[in-house]
Amino acid sequence: MAEDMIGASIRRTEDFRFLTGQGHYLDDINRPNQVHAYFLRSPHAHAKIRSIDTAAAQSAPGVVAVFTGADIAADKVGGLICGWVVTDRHGQPHKAPPHPPLAQDTVRYVGDHVAVVIAESVAQARDAAELIEVDYEMLPAVVDTAKALDPDTPQLHADAPGNLCFDWELGDKAAVDAAFAKAHHVTRLDLVNNRLIPNAMEPRAAIGEYDGGADSYTCYSTSQNPHLLRLILCAFVLGVPEHKMRVVAPDVGGGFGSKIFCYAEEVVCTWAAKKVKRPVKWTAERGESFLSDAHGRDHVTHAELAMDESGKFLALKVDTIAGMGAYLSTFATCVPTYLHATLLAGQYATPAIHANVKAVFTNTAPVDAYRGAGRPEATYLIERIVECAARELRIDPAELRRRNFIRPDQFPYQTPVALVYDTGDYEAALDEALKMADYAGFAARKAESTKHGKLRGIGLSAYIEACGIAPSAVVGSLGAGVGLWESGQIRFSPTGTVSIFTGSHSHGQSHETTFAQLISDALGVPMEKIDVVHGDTDRIPFGMGTYGSRSLAVGGSALMRAADKIIEKGKKIAAHLMEASVGDIEYSKGTFRVAGTDRTKSMAEVAFAAYVPHNYPADLEPGLDETAFYDPANFTYPAGVHIAEVEVDPDTGLVDIVNWVAVDDFGKVINPMVVEGQVHGGIAQGIGQALLENCVYDKESGQLVTGSYMDYCMPRADDLPSFKVGMTETPCTHNPIGAKGCGEAGAIAAPPALINAITDAIGIMHMEMPATPEKVWQAIRQTRPAAAAE
Amino acid sequence: MPTVSMTVNGKAASGDAEPRTLLVHFLRETLGLTGTHVGCDTSQCGACVVHVDGKSVKSCTMLAVQANGAEVTTIEGLANGELHPMQAAFREHHGLQCGFCTPGMVMSAIDLVRHNATPSESDIREWLEGNICRCTGYHNIVKAIQAGAQAMKG
Ligand code: FES
Ligand code: FES
Repeated sequence: MAEDMIGASIRRTEDFRFLTGQGHYLDDINRPNQVHAYFLRSPHAHAKIRSIDTAAAQSAPGVVAVFTGADIAADKVGGLICGWVVTDRHGQPHKAPPHPPLAQDTVRYVGDHVAVVIAESVAQARDAAELIEVDYEMLPAVVDTAKALDPDTPQLHADAPGNLCFDWELGDKAAVDAAFAKAHHVTRLDLVNNRLIPNAMEPRAAIGEYDGGADSYTCYSTSQNPHLLRLILCAFVLGVPEHKMRVVAPDVGGGFGSKIFCYAEEVVCTWAAKKVKRPVKWTAERGESFLSDAHGRDHVTHAELAMDESGKFLALKVDTIAGMGAYLSTFATCVPTYLHATLLAGQYATPAIHANVKAVFTNTAPVDAYRGAGRPEATYLIERIVECAARELRIDPAELRRRNFIRPDQFPYQTPVALVYDTGDYEAALDEALKMADYAGFAARKAESTKHGKLRGIGLSAYIEACGIAPSAVVGSLGAGVGLWESGQIRFSPTGTVSIFTGSHSHGQSHETTFAQLISDALGVPMEKIDVVHGDTDRIPFGMGTYGSRSLAVGGSALMRAADKIIEKGKKIAAHLMEASVGDIEYSKGTFRVAGTDRTKSMAEVAFAAYVPHNYPADLEPGLDETAFYDPANFTYPAGVHIAEVEVDPDTGLVDIVNWVAVDDFGKVINPMVVEGQVHGGIAQGIGQALLENCVYDKESGQLVTGSYMDYCMPRADDLPSFKVGMTETPCTHNPIGAKGCGEAGAIAAPPALINAITDAIGIMHMEMPATPEKVWQAIRQTRPAAAAE
Repeated sequence: MPTVSMTVNGKAASGDAEPRTLLVHFLRETLGLTGTHVGCDTSQCGACVVHVDGKSVKSCTMLAVQANGAEVTTIEGLANGELHPMQAAFREHHGLQCGFCTPGMVMSAIDLVRHNATPSESDIREWLEGNICRCTGYHNIVKAIQAGAQAMKG
């Protein structure tokens, strides 16, 4: 049994309940005597609130209470915080204007929270909200990220002059300038990383509950990190002692980053539960998700790459304006800085890099981490500019990448942008991907397409990401307000069954299976005797949650440490039972053996002895229940190569993805089926960004134009191909599993691969995402005269 | 408030429903069948698909009163003792991650197979036009449905 656990595609433990409709997502939970909240949201992008009249709503049928910003202020409820303070180029902290859960005197984006109606039913709350009269004084709005810093632009916050949140830099500017001065060739590129709306299929939801007798709260939330939410709710927003707040994140239907953050709705429901003395439930309508979930990306970038005669990269410089939206969300500021600029070396040995990032406020929903968070933005610009450079220098794009890769003998590799890559083999992934994609046969396939009047293109993307977030001391020195370790607890019962408690949170990642596999292998306990518990602050040790592809690398490592402690204690128990000395006990996969003999004790026997310690070491505590905290020594660095091949119909501009190859190095893989599933999902989101998805606000009014599935183009099954997934493996050198993380890779790798393929097919340098049929068709029209003249 | 009666998963069920109550809310809130999900407000995600008189229907686009007297099957009604072959295929081929879209996917897939016993990859992808999954990239859903269709024959 145990031998086959690691690397086995074990079918998932969690599937039975999901497949039979027995999951417990938040909206499936109802609390006795609960009431329902409906939020009245701002219809304007920017306006002063002159007055709010709630009288009619207060007396509408079923209404229990109506609260506005004045009630929040009267109770001294704090604002939402940003947990990462970025220090700018001049040593000043970023600007973090107040972010009240219900607007005070001004609304700053369409969807901003104005009031909450609490009623016996959702329908009654919604009906009553229509009776609230708000007198708005319209203010001019700033919507366009690229223009937010323009001198004549209206300003959102009194304490953020010119809408600047921070002006930050990383890297050696003098070295970069010197390299550019002697460069043989410079490639320049302007690009936009289009704004996206995460759209986990389960809308956000919350239930706040207050127990007057115990003076304690419970907040049920669709959260990726229940302890972090509790910490923010208690210490920063509600002023409640942490031990008086329980946060429960039950089955959560996808997150992709958007459920990391502390949002106004969970604050208001929890606060209001005490006011109305009843549980208060809120479930977002999809329209509210579009308006008020934190969005992703939104970068406007100029980049330049300097090269020598042979195409060796000498230096890279990057200037980015990053949209923050109207307020800072929980981790907004670290995304365009420490999760973006630190990755600008990519897989290449570029000796000098400089990045300047200006973060700006606009009258749009807050922007924060979305699958990949900063790393897709870095990869997109690197892999686009490298592609353009290859075309300008007329070097095969695979060859140009190969020439510049960091070589295996260079690890550990100190990049010029702070990170130290521990290990990797970038050429191995490239070679495998080229083979799987039959790169050599592309010319023949292109000729065939041409015969049929189609334009064929191929595009590569060699990505790297920093995952396993994160070494606490490192992120602390960079401004993080928390440590980013993880916790794990392994609790045996007297009958030898095991409960695993993890601070990681699964909302699709399959922890109930893979964590059980890991511990089954380590402790020799069959899978069916192991349960994985997560998502409830009353049950699990304090933990940091799931994001940044960290669960296995950090959370799994914490569990491995806990398993080590179990084994260590088990050896003492086994030694006593077998009347041997501890030093003579060998352990392997659930069996303790006196070295060189056939005398053994099983893990189950040891667990029983620990709980029924009739014959037991005198100086040892009973019980078999160990907790460990793991703080990683470094980030992990998953990397790989994706290759997209497309056929474009010049008459319609339609892009058909005819082949997709992904070769990834995630280090040690526990469950290949699960890992491939993560890759597929990531690629789909990356293709979504490159081909279909775009968050559009009306430039004048600031209205969200793409506020439903009618207008925001989600990838459907018939937009996507099947994917060919391959793996290489260089185990992470500094965690006990050797795992690097796989959750975000596809979303990071896919966009540049696809845009490289499309621009290759059309024969142009660049096209902004998403490459809609209209845009592609226009681009083809524009190249036609040139083609005719040749 | 009108009383609505229907057969749900083979059993008689009835309850009060406002005229504006959607079938999905009647199933979830009145009958406590929370396996049917709500993922959108524009009838596009398909998380709410159930069978009404043997056909797949988005239960967010139908009023509870319209289903008066109908035979309704939800995800809770598929497995009898063991998983329905389509459910088993989703498990075997890892056709679900967070599981939120899954009930709608499975109900929709079964209706597809009733129309087309041996659907090709493109048949499946086209049929799923009304079901959105954000997690899987559909790759494994397609494989699961092909295998499920095969298994439903036997
Ligand atoms: S809930 Fe989205 S289609 Fe019914
Ligand atoms: S499995 Fe999560 S939306 Fe489909």
